[in-house]
Amino acid sequence: MKIFFLLSFFIPCFALGQSDSLRKDSLITNMNKDAGYNRPAFFGDRFPVSLGGYLEANTHYGGTDGVNEGLSFQMRRLTLFMFSRLSSRTRFLTEIEFEDGTKEINIEAALLDFQIHRLLIFRGGVILNPIGSFNQNHDGPKWAFIERPLVSTTLIPSTWSNPGFGFHGSGLLGDLWQWNYEAYLTQGFDDQIIANETNRTFLGATKENPDRFEESFNGSAMGNLKTAFRHSSLGEFGVSWMGGVYNAFRVEGEIVDDKRRVDVFAFDLSLNPGKNTNITGEFAMVKVDVPKTYFQQFGSGQYGFFLDWNQKICNPRIPGFPGSALYYSFRLERVDYNTENFSEIDGGGKIYDELWGLNTGFSLRPQNETVIRINYFYRWHRDLFGNPASKSAALQFGVSSYF
Amino acid sequence: MFVEYFTMRLLFILFAVLILLFSACEKLLPKAPAPEETLDGPMEGLTTEQSIQFARGDEAFGEVFTPATGLGPIFVMSSCAGCHTGDGKGHPFATLTRFGQSDSTGNNYLMQGGPQLQHRAIPGFTPEVLPSGAPFSRFLPPAVAGIGFLAALSDAQILSYADPNDADGDGISGVPNYITPPPYFVPGPYHIPQNGKYIGRFGRKAAAIDLLIQTVNAYHQDIGITSIFEMVDPINFQVSGQGNDPIPDPEVSNSVINDVVFYLRTLKPPTPRNSSDPDVMAGKNIFTDIKCGKCHIPEWTTPQSDVAALSNKTFYPYTDLLLHDMGPGLDDGYTEGSAKTSEWRTTPLWGLGLSKIAQGGQYFLMHDGRAKSLESAIMLHGGEASDSKNLFQQLNSSDKAKLIKFLESL
Ligand code: HEC
Ligand code: HEC
Repeated sequence: MKIFFLLSFFIPCFALGQSDSLRKDSLITNMNKDAGYNRPAFFGDRFPVSLGGYLEANTHYGGTDGVNEGLSFQMRRLTLFMFSRLSSRTRFLTEIEFEDGTKEINIEAALLDFQIHRLLIFRGGVILNPIGSFNQNHDGPKWAFIERPLVSTTLIPSTWSNPGFGFHGSGLLGDLWQWNYEAYLTQGFDDQIIANETNRTFLGATKENPDRFEESFNGSAMGNLKTAFRHSSLGEFGVSWMGGVYNAFRVEGEIVDDKRRVDVFAFDLSLNPGKNTNITGEFAMVKVDVPKTYFQQFGSGQYGFFLDWNQKICNPRIPGFPGSALYYSFRLERVDYNTENFSEIDGGGKIYDELWGLNTGFSLRPQNETVIRINYFYRWHRDLFGNPASKSAALQFGVSSYF
Repeated sequence: MFVEYFTMRLLFILFAVLILLFSACEKLLPKAPAPEETLDGPMEGLTTEQSIQFARGDEAFGEVFTPATGLGPIFVMSSCAGCHTGDGKGHPFATLTRFGQSDSTGNNYLMQGGPQLQHRAIPGFTPEVLPSGAPFSRFLPPAVAGIGFLAALSDAQILSYADPNDADGDGISGVPNYITPPPYFVPGPYHIPQNGKYIGRFGRKAAAIDLLIQTVNAYHQDIGITSIFEMVDPINFQVSGQGNDPIPDPEVSNSVINDVVFYLRTLKPPTPRNSSDPDVMAGKNIFTDIKCGKCHIPEWTTPQSDVAALSNKTFYPYTDLLLHDMGPGLDDGYTEGSAKTSEWRTTPLWGLGLSKIAQGGQYFLMHDGRAKSLESAIMLHGGEASDSKNLFQQLNSSDKAKLIKFLESL
């Protein structure tokens, strides 16, 4: 039902080509009955609507500590975007994602931009929060790895978007540097971040709340700031923050608890040290005010990072694909889900619950928009107490392409 | 033509590489730790149905409860596996506190939250605090691996080692803990009651009669999960206005309880390692010589059971499941059932050498984890075990090392 509804949303776009004939269509009147046809998108005197998207699918052969999960085929996501310039100063972009088949259907973004000045563009709608870089720059075909970085999924819950509004803008600093900023107020987190089945602080648990596009959990907004700088040849780096109150401190107007905050700080970079080399990474830190009476699996501090090294090996000559390129990539990643110490042991005792990961692979790009990748990853996870690490690994083969 | 040939060849190479990789895959995946190096997993000889029930129980044992699935409102931990990591001994983080009883007349703090302290609460609720002046003790989770064999023994077998008046004059008595059963308890033919009370065999003070009672209480008292056996959430009576959580009761079904009980019954027993090492064999003799085996009874054989894999099996838990007075050093002033405050159930020693893989690489031994090494655990023995401890102290260091090596091989 939900799918049908969403698909019907796109139907008008396919009718684009017929806009002129529609207008002349004598069957369409100005009466309420025909309001469905009397829509600006169907008339020729405006900028076109662009429709696009991308697909990510792969096979996965993996296991943990000798328990072999075997081979599975995964349709990770199919994303559709639409972009439209309404005028020279207003534009609209939306991204709708079907994840894991049709298990999840999400409005990843629905942005209306209204430019007042180059430095002051008003943005409203469903915003992909600018925290780190992966959350905003997450399109499958852009990456050499099938797996998204753990820091960007299990700490920063990519893709993390919320209804909200704010401003953004960009400018130049001399000849070589560009900079930009973003500042938004959006819906925020809820208390599932410290009450969920992963048994650890997990910001992504808020995504399970079906009401979060409708109603704030506690009637308070989350702030989000980012600024980034880009050198014309060296690359880009950015710093960002988002934070707000996550708990239901007010029930039916009565104050029942302290306001408890969650804050996320991130640093991201994408560097080009050589013509054929790119290094991309992200570091994030999460701070949560967990009630003292709660339990320590749900840590008040988390941090993690990933670093991808992508090296172009050659431009293989594949007939029909003049721009093809072959890359080797390597990822190092780490997440510490709980930076605290046990209060139950004299002299502390570190809480582990942490993970190291390596991911390596080759990716072939027959053209810029398409990537065929083969990856192998290995992860070591140590539980709360730091018992011998549980090991998991997988071999993956997949394709991802824009369309 | 050429283009086709080229593309075909490329495709062919690609496929060949893929097939090669995927056929080598098995080697690319992490191997399972050797079975004798872990405590979890099913025992041998289960039927397909039994293996499936074991797997369901395993999943339920690992289930993490949240406020949405019934956790609390007050609780100690959110899952069984959270305390019984890898079915081994627990970590001090998972200890629980019991309070309010210092003799066999019962618990005087029931209206203040006794016998178990729930010192954690879901958002919006207040956890309990230990009432000042209440006698209390802290219990570290024991290992559960192999526990089905201990559950399968008959009361008569356990009683055969009891010697309440020390008739044989060896300084070691050994008494059962007689417990008033809860209303849902169904006695089996192997139970021998006394004045309506039954022999407890699980828990540090042997206060739980069978695995069903242990499981129901664990769900209820440790996680705040109701079942048809315990239909009311634990409530904090220490502050006013604290009620149930809003999740309808029972919060786990009967079939989940049954699966978990079956899982516990069919967990494999810990497998000894290096048993044929000469030092280990010498250590085993020393263990007997210095009378450790008087309480830590090495060998038992199960009677006939409804589960074939548990029937007529000889196993080596190193316990008598009886209570012993361990002296003033281990007397916390708190007790359960008919046990004295200084009495503790003999801890099974099987799996001892694998304790560290569940306790974060170090030892936490004895009922509250106060001993950080095997040697200090032995040195904490007093009371009925004083004689044995003294004999240990008199050993030369090489014999001590052999004994420790033997204990580590279990
Ligand atoms: C808060 C930590 C904690 C949780 C959660 C917990 N246990 Fe325990 N468990 C313990 C402790 C501590 C003991 C010893 C209790 C005693 O001495 O009475 C114990 C004892 C046991 C025993 C008896 C072991 C023996 O050697 O006598 C079994 C069986 C058991 N638990 C099963 C479970 C099951 C099943 C669950 C989940 C429903 C569970 N436990 C949840 C801490 C926990
Ligand atoms: C009188 C009976 C008795 C004798 C004799 C005895 N023990 Fe114990 N043992 C116990 C009891 C009871 C406990 C549990 C005490 C507690 O939890 O505080 C225990 C605990 C232990 C533990 C800690 C186990 C754990 O997992 O925490 C070890 C190790 C141990 N005994 C080894 C020995 C050795 C070695 C000897 C011989 C020198 C010995 N015991 C003699 C009764 C005895």
